[in-house]
Amino acid sequence: MSAITVFAGTGNNMVAEALRQAAPDVVAAYPITPQTTIVEGYAKFVADGRVHTELVNVESEHSALSACVGASAAGARVATATSSQGLALMWEELHIASGMRLPIVMANANRAISAPINIHGDHSDVMGARDSGWIIFFAETAQEAYDNTIISFPIAEDPAVSLPVLTTLDGFITTHAMERCELLDDATVKAYVGDRVPENPLIAGDKPVSHGMFASLGGTYFEVKKAERAAIDASPPVIQKYGDAWEKVCGRPFDFIDSFACEDADFILVMLGSAAGNARTVARELRAQGIKAGVLRVRVYRPFPADAVRAALKGAKAIGILDRSDSFGAQYGPLGLDVRAALYDLPQRIPTRNYVFGLGGADVTLETMHKAYAELAELASGTLDEGLSYLGTRG
Amino acid sequence: MSSKQFTWDVSDFDTWTAERFPKGCVAIEAGNSELYITGGWRSERPVWQKDKCKNCMFCWVHCPDSSILVADAEMIGIDYDHCKGCGICVAECPFDALHMVPEGDEVTDEIAAKEA
Ligand code: SF4
Ligand code: SF4
Repeated sequence: MSAITVFAGTGNNMVAEALRQAAPDVVAAYPITPQTTIVEGYAKFVADGRVHTELVNVESEHSALSACVGASAAGARVATATSSQGLALMWEELHIASGMRLPIVMANANRAISAPINIHGDHSDVMGARDSGWIIFFAETAQEAYDNTIISFPIAEDPAVSLPVLTTLDGFITTHAMERCELLDDATVKAYVGDRVPENPLIAGDKPVSHGMFASLGGTYFEVKKAERAAIDASPPVIQKYGDAWEKVCGRPFDFIDSFACEDADFILVMLGSAAGNARTVARELRAQGIKAGVLRVRVYRPFPADAVRAALKGAKAIGILDRSDSFGAQYGPLGLDVRAALYDLPQRIPTRNYVFGLGGADVTLETMHKAYAELAELASGTLDEGLSYLGTRG
Repeated sequence: MSSKQFTWDVSDFDTWTAERFPKGCVAIEAGNSELYITGGWRSERPVWQKDKCKNCMFCWVHCPDSSILVADAEMIGIDYDHCKGCGICVAECPFDALHMVPEGDEVTDEIAAKEA
């Protein structure tokens, strides 16, 4: 029988608790705002003897993920956390971790990327890891950050997947704001996550193996990368399986997407992360006025749930895609590109507009969402063109 | 020149498709790089003259590809499957017992050995 503790906690509190309950053998991390309180909290758990983890204090994020790669190849359960410039400094190892098929779980406090220097929330850092072969979750709330972090371990470590997972939450808005949080008891989570059973560990096994091979000649690299693509493409049923199992344990629903009133909606806003709450509030207000508004939040960003997104959006008259980062020089922002590619497979053409919003923690208010919905009405009536614009700037 | 018994068959490695590779390109049997013949890119090969050799092991110490074959503390030959023809052994041999000859003509080797 599982027991639940209810308390007021931040997203970072909840991620630290989730990590403690999953009890990784090794955590190698480096502090960076707004992630710091995850590892600070975790270090306290280790110091207090509440979890038996080799906590490695390294000199940079490059070293943090390098140490994680080594420990994971050795056969350990491994976790870390980072943010922004830290994630950027890990770029090299991000690809090494996924290419070596190492099930590392990393929390990211989503934050702007310099320059100019900015410590606040947006998705510019994560989008730099978008194509690195990691499974990527975006949490809306502290509670969901906890849930996503817990399910990340069995997903990453399932032999059918064997990929690293990035479990993200929006800097400050989710990492530092206090919410009502539900924490399951340690024994229940321990039973749910199980133990890692590594397949070909460097030191945990009884036969010598070699990791980190040279594969430069005769197309070997090409074949191995094809296998990596096949692995992430085959991961959705496994993600769903562990999400469903966790839903049974905690009672909170799991899906790749979180669809609010999209079934009959004329105007739908699509987004990732914490901004969805404001969008839903405005959608409710508009519905009270007879305007059929909906909100689609993507919770599992990689692998991208194109089929589910398409199915949720297929009845809309106009779609607004909100990107909390930009893909400079591309036709649209990252989510804009993903969603428009998903919509391409529909027989009918639905007009879309792509909004870059909330960069560097710029306020995202109810007014922001009202403005976007108002533009969708113009888009549907043909008085506004498709394209990309910055939503909420001064001019 | 394999000195070990291997159980993982990599003989048709060049034809493996994506599914055949262990996850993450892990080599599930360590040490089998010995089976990977790397001597093919040599343009010159070292030729050893046993009668001049004093078994000083300078060549063995310096060879970057572990291609000097030794048994019972004596040099017994060169592993041409893995020797890359760098010539370091020739440069290091204090007794003139090693020479480089152009690759691709065995007769040249023999003549060179005789002439030296
Ligand atoms: S030529 Fe170079 S690789 Fe070949 S045996 Fe001599 S030192 Fe070794
Ligand atoms: S360096 Fe020359 S003399 Fe010494 S072992 Fe090698 S071949 Fe023989």
